[in-house]
Amino acid sequence: MNVISDSATMLRRNFRHTTRNPLALFNAIIMPIVLMFLMVYVLGDAFSVGVDYADYATPGLILTTICYGISPTAIAVNSDMTTGFINRLRVMRVSRAAVLNAHVIGTMLRSLAAITLVIGVALLMGFRPSASFSQWLGVIGIVVLTVLAISWLTVAFGLASKSPESAGLVGVPLMLLPFLSSAFVPADKMGPGARQFAEYQPFTSIIETLRGLLTGSPSAGSAITAIAWCVGIMLIGWVWARASFTKRA
Amino acid sequence: MNGSAIAVSGLRKAYKDKVVLDGIDLDVRAGTIFALLGPNGAGKTTTVNVLTTLLTPDAGKVVVAGHDVVTETKAVRAAIGVTGQLASVDDLLTGEENLLLMADLLHLPKAEGKRIADRLLDRFDLGEAASKPAASYSGGMRRKLDLAMTLVGEPQIIFLDEPTTGLDPRSRRTMWEIIRELVAGGTTIFLTTQYLEEADELADRIAVLDQGRLVAEGTADELKRQVPGSHVRLRFTDRHALDVAAQVLPASTRDDEELTLRVPGDGGVRSLRALLDRLDRHSIDVEELSVHTPDLDDVFLALTGHANTKVNAR
Repeated sequence: MNVISDSATMLRRNFRHTTRNPLALFNAIIMPIVLMFLMVYVLGDAFSVGVDYADYATPGLILTTICYGISPTAIAVNSDMTTGFINRLRVMRVSRAAVLNAHVIGTMLRSLAAITLVIGVALLMGFRPSASFSQWLGVIGIVVLTVLAISWLTVAFGLASKSPESAGLVGVPLMLLPFLSSAFVPADKMGPGARQFAEYQPFTSIIETLRGLLTGSPSAGSAITAIAWCVGIMLIGWVWARASFTKRA
Repeated sequence: MNGSAIAVSGLRKAYKDKVVLDGIDLDVRAGTIFALLGPNGAGKTTTVNVLTTLLTPDAGKVVVAGHDVVTETKAVRAAIGVTGQLASVDDLLTGEENLLLMADLLHLPKAEGKRIADRLLDRFDLGEAASKPAASYSGGMRRKLDLAMTLVGEPQIIFLDEPTTGLDPRSRRTMWEIIRELVAGGTTIFLTTQYLEEADELADRIAVLDQGRLVAEGTADELKRQVPGSHVRLRFTDRHALDVAAQVLPASTRDDEELTLRVPGDGGVRSLRALLDRLDRHSIDVEELSVHTPDLDDVFLALTGHANTKVNAR
């Protein structure tokens, strides 16, 4: 009954955390931009991807932005658990869903803000999307789904970790996964092993879907795969998060 | 509110095969301070967690504020406030924001939340630091803010888990003052501590917890009386007086170096007068007389058979 107002209260708190600790947002924005400079200006010309490299790399950078911005969420969730803050909330009859919802929604807003900025920089660097209005809506939809999936998984990881330090490690594999996907180089140019991994890992289908939508030639096949991956990961994260939350708090 | 604020009978709790609480019975009168005293690992925090609905007991009946903690969790939560061992304040928020967060989560109207927050900041002397992040607070200020956050909901019963552990002596005194004021206002306090001095200073009744069992319960004075060892210490000016006195008082033990004599006795006026009369009859001059009643340290040692290491270390 109070889930909505409690979620809003907790979200305001998380929002304040972001403004007090701007480094979290800074990391999520600066790192992808640095990466973009590296890829587009330094390395990009060495790759023959068939299209302008800024157009090729931007969908991958959108995903990278999500991944670079995720560690603070895991750390924040874990701190709530390990500092006893959660016990205070439990005794106050605060809806348990509200605490986790606020972390997920907060991550969502932070990611969307960072992605908007990163796309802005990409446009300055020569990114020329040819998506229609409805295709842009599709882009937003896929991005929202991806953030939901990754943030529920991150929340679960934060809940299950022993300390904020180990919770922060969740970002490491997520930062590496884009390199083992079609984000910067097409999968078929990779060596054996890496290629198969890149072809079948979830990021590739998400990136291919975004790339298709942004260039105005969406592919239904990769979209269905991407949506299935997102929903699946989100469900696993959500169930895992609920279970760890009940166990620990 | 009259009668029992907290009634516990036969409380048991085990983690896997490790028994943490092995049949606890407690009765805390409303409007009093009850101290649960014990060393680290005795089961104090587990007791608090069960009483505050955070843990489910394995066996036994626990009634807090007239409601069963297992079947009427919500009603219990509405009546209690908890300040845990770790100060659970939000470091990135300011003192005032922390209090307003509590008010919002209690669904208080905005204006009322602000009024309560201002009053608490003022009362706990945190007015100046109100707009600074809690991360910049000293240990004592954090504890005060933590307690203030608990008070936003005006709970009838407050649980304080080691409220002064790690505080400097001055902050500890301040915390004691605050606790006394709360009780004067009708609140019931259940506190845990490993400091005997703190229980002695604050509590109306004290229960001593050791390895999951209550080894004693009563007022500080009652506990002290359970321990033999009250004695009168006499000091003499010279060896001769000591020799004579030792003969007159055969039950005593002498210390030749200090020129003192330890006479067992309860230190009451009647026995003291009898002792002085006896010394007078034999014309023994006493340089100094002092009565020693055991403090809670002695009680703890006598009751549990091992010292409270934490106290020794202080």
